[in-house]
Amino acid sequence: MPPLREFQSVVRVAGPILAVSGIDDAGYNEVVKVLLPDGTIRAGQVLESRKGMAIVMVFGGTRDLDCDITAVRFTGRPMTMPVSKEMLGRIFSGSAEPIDGGGSVVPEKEMEISGYAINPTKREFPQDSIETGISAIDGMNTLVRGQKLPVFSGSGLPHSFLAAQITRQARVRGTDESFAVVFAAMGITHEEARFFIEEFSETGARAHAVIFLNRADDPAIERIVTPRLALTAAEYLAFDLGMHVLVVMQDITAYCEALREVSAAREEIPARRGYPGYMYTDLASLYERAGRVKGRPGSITQLPILSMPDDDITHPVPDLTGYITEGQIVLSRELHRKGIYPPIDVLPCLSRLMQGGIGEGRTRADHASVSSQLYAAYARGRRLSGLVAVIGDEGLTDVDRLYLTFLDRFEHEFVGQKRDEGRSFDETLDRAWELLSIFPKDELRRIDPKYIDDYYRGGTG
Amino acid sequence: MTESSIIRITGPVVEADRMRGAQMYEVVFVGKDELIGEIIGLQNDTATIQVYEDTTGITPGESVKRSKMPLSVELGPGLLEMIYDGIQRPLTELGEISGDFIVRGVSAPALSREKKFHFTPSLSEGDEISGGAVIGSVPETKQILHRILLPPNLSGMVERIAGEGEYTVEETILWIRDATGTVQELTMLQRWPVRVPRPIQSKLPAIRPLITGQRVIDSFFPIVQGGTAAVPGPFGAGKTVVQHQLAKWCDADIIVYVGCGERGNEMADVLRQFPALVDPKTKEPLMKRTVLIGNTSNMPVAAREASVYTGITIAEYYRDMGYSVALMADSTSRWAEAMREISGRLEEMPGEHGYPAYLGSRLADFYERAGRVKTLSGEEGSVSVIGAVSPPGGDFSEPVTQNTLRIVRVFWALDADLAHQRHFPAVNWLLSYSLYSDLVAPWWEKHGGSEWGKMRLDLLALLQKESELEEIVQLVGPDLLPEEDKFTLNVAAILRESFLVQSAFDPVDTFCPPGKQYRMMTLIHRYYRLGRRAVRGMTAAEIQKLPVTARLSRLGPMPHEEFESFYTKVYDEIVNAFPGGED
Repeated sequence: MPPLREFQSVVRVAGPILAVSGIDDAGYNEVVKVLLPDGTIRAGQVLESRKGMAIVMVFGGTRDLDCDITAVRFTGRPMTMPVSKEMLGRIFSGSAEPIDGGGSVVPEKEMEISGYAINPTKREFPQDSIETGISAIDGMNTLVRGQKLPVFSGSGLPHSFLAAQITRQARVRGTDESFAVVFAAMGITHEEARFFIEEFSETGARAHAVIFLNRADDPAIERIVTPRLALTAAEYLAFDLGMHVLVVMQDITAYCEALREVSAAREEIPARRGYPGYMYTDLASLYERAGRVKGRPGSITQLPILSMPDDDITHPVPDLTGYITEGQIVLSRELHRKGIYPPIDVLPCLSRLMQGGIGEGRTRADHASVSSQLYAAYARGRRLSGLVAVIGDEGLTDVDRLYLTFLDRFEHEFVGQKRDEGRSFDETLDRAWELLSIFPKDELRRIDPKYIDDYYRGGTG
Repeated sequence: MTESSIIRITGPVVEADRMRGAQMYEVVFVGKDELIGEIIGLQNDTATIQVYEDTTGITPGESVKRSKMPLSVELGPGLLEMIYDGIQRPLTELGEISGDFIVRGVSAPALSREKKFHFTPSLSEGDEISGGAVIGSVPETKQILHRILLPPNLSGMVERIAGEGEYTVEETILWIRDATGTVQELTMLQRWPVRVPRPIQSKLPAIRPLITGQRVIDSFFPIVQGGTAAVPGPFGAGKTVVQHQLAKWCDADIIVYVGCGERGNEMADVLRQFPALVDPKTKEPLMKRTVLIGNTSNMPVAAREASVYTGITIAEYYRDMGYSVALMADSTSRWAEAMREISGRLEEMPGEHGYPAYLGSRLADFYERAGRVKTLSGEEGSVSVIGAVSPPGGDFSEPVTQNTLRIVRVFWALDADLAHQRHFPAVNWLLSYSLYSDLVAPWWEKHGGSEWGKMRLDLLALLQKESELEEIVQLVGPDLLPEEDKFTLNVAAILRESFLVQSAFDPVDTFCPPGKQYRMMTLIHRYYRLGRRAVRGMTAAEIQKLPVTARLSRLGPMPHEEFESFYTKVYDEIVNAFPGGED
């Protein structure tokens, strides 16, 4: 047994941070147990270590701590979590304590929650497209297994419905491999948490879901570990057990705020809007845990959800996220107000891995050019509708009017769908052709003529 | 002497005491796992060290060992086709040691110690040689003859040289008697400190374009061999695709691709594609001319800081052999952020946006290592540098973009609006510029045709005119415009959709040879000029309905062989379609 390293020498408490004096050998990132005067125990982690001093972040917050009785026990190991297949179907707190009334998990393995970077040469390039049943995603921003595709949303927008619908409908054509859902809630309301749990229960997804809940009234600093626990569980399921795991993380903005809180308490020099300069690196250490590994059957696909403060896509959280993730799905308040569900504004959306996942043998040969044409037509329609708002529609040409018709039908019939409506790739593409056939053939400049012959449904135009 | 030990750890920055005698930028081995680090600050006998690996679990009191060497890269045959991390650890070999994930404290030599190379000497005993002289050569790939050079700081008389044969990089191939009379033994393996530019005789002015096969770049905003360019753009604007396209198709001899703080799946994509793609010039797999440096965003931040230096040093090494080298750094913003993170941990006084005050000078030092040069041995070589910039929120006024623009001579501004319309490459033609366009005009006039410079200016003016007209349309609507202006808008649309849009994923259009670019430009230019004269007698709508108008769409994906005869035919059609014909 190593000597007990317990210190009763808390010298400073500031925000979520405390300083312990007298310790010479605290390991960087080492886990500590903070023993409160009333006997409760909170977990913490060493952020900085020097001779005679350790700076510790306390996940449960520093309420009720004092400088006399509080003791800090250094465990000498990095933060780990027990993992097991039994985690499926269970609900845990934001720090991996079971909160569904069941007993603790019998571990098959202890894993470090910070994870290790996948060696880029060992990555398998993701190419299996996932059919989410949502046309705006499948048709124009196809998701593939191993991708990280965030949903940029705003308060009051139906991102939870969308995430639940994707979770329910997602499948890969022609396979019935074992899959799992890992849901990490960070700072979401009880209401939203309950919605997800009920949704999972109703659809039978509960049995193969692992849920981690840090709700809005749970300690904020705990949010820093919640996604890491979830991703560690996901890595175990994917790379040890060979399952296809979809990780839903909500809300990344709450996570980043926790990060900012710790940074501010440490008096670090902030970058933009008070967020720490290392936030890019920190977010990357979460998002980059998506992927596939050569020679292992499983995969981790991430669907992080974040709310853009004031719908501002240039806010540091969506901005840094977009630079790391392989695209983004952006929800629009305007479409939501028009009553369109899901209110996906396809123009700023992107799926970087789409090209590898679509086409002949994967989805359909015409997929790439149809998507490109939809983008071009919708962008032009939007520009024209802006013009009409200023000058009225008298000056428009006949072709221009077709674009306005397209704009309206596209939003309602292609983007818009029911909450329980799943469309196959074929259905989505056929629907696209129906809309594109509004135009005469020679307007479809982005489509290879051979596909026009096969799929065009308009007149001879 | 007492042993140095750690006194403080905060993230990737570690302080150690009893380090007297240590030098700035010296490499040290930190803790019991001997993690690689570099000294970035000294105060009395305390050294501040940035550690290139994850520091989890390190405690104060663990030892720090000095290497007495600055951070260096290994140079020699066998660099091509390798993929390294930011401090030149070979990732494939690390994978063999530690499995699918990168764990701490593992290392492997950058160049294989077992592999034998066929060395042919080009010196004889008694030769007087100085730094940069060619000792001999090794056929590294079918195309690349790897010249073994005498290290720049050495000179003397050849005492003995190995005969033609197979050698590993660690076997002695040259014995040289230097000025002091001592005999030094040299191998094919050499080391060079990454932060020090390799010496040259002189810099030469740029003359030849770096042909990339991307129309908007080559024809409108060209870069030269030995030039510098920046590609800033918000996320999703296609920076990485542009960088990949250049790495694939530009006509440099050697490509060094630095993936600095970017996505793991992107590196996987490069590793999947490059061995399969064929270089149009040499018909060899692209991988055979490429060195990859991949320090993804979740790999240690300090190694990200080092990665661009590792890359440029390797680029300079091949330049010194007389090759034209192109280096792509994706993204320099992540590099700058790594500097900011380290600077923050050092509690330095920040400049703009929290970046260190020396951001501008570091960027300048890096880009200044590019250029067309006369090497020490009198050869000509070049390093071109293309840096991606990722401005927060797509705002070009931020410090990294602004400091970069002060140095680079080509600016390809990527535009979110164009990307949203799926207009790729999303290079904004109004914001972008190239200061090399006059320099490359003679080349284009020789290899394309005599009207290159004029057509380029006319077409750029057309796009400028379009944007002015668009503003008017916003106010009064399109139908009040005079016919001539309507026609201008129609031609501008053709130019954008047919010439500027170029699909990176189309097997033909992904690379457009200069001759075809010139001809496409000629067709559109001729159509514009003759049409503008004709529009006094015809309406713009009538011109739009001419069969020849439709022929000008989808020029890019047409197979290059078919294009030649198509061009002649359509050229005549244009001349005949408008009254008055050729002028």
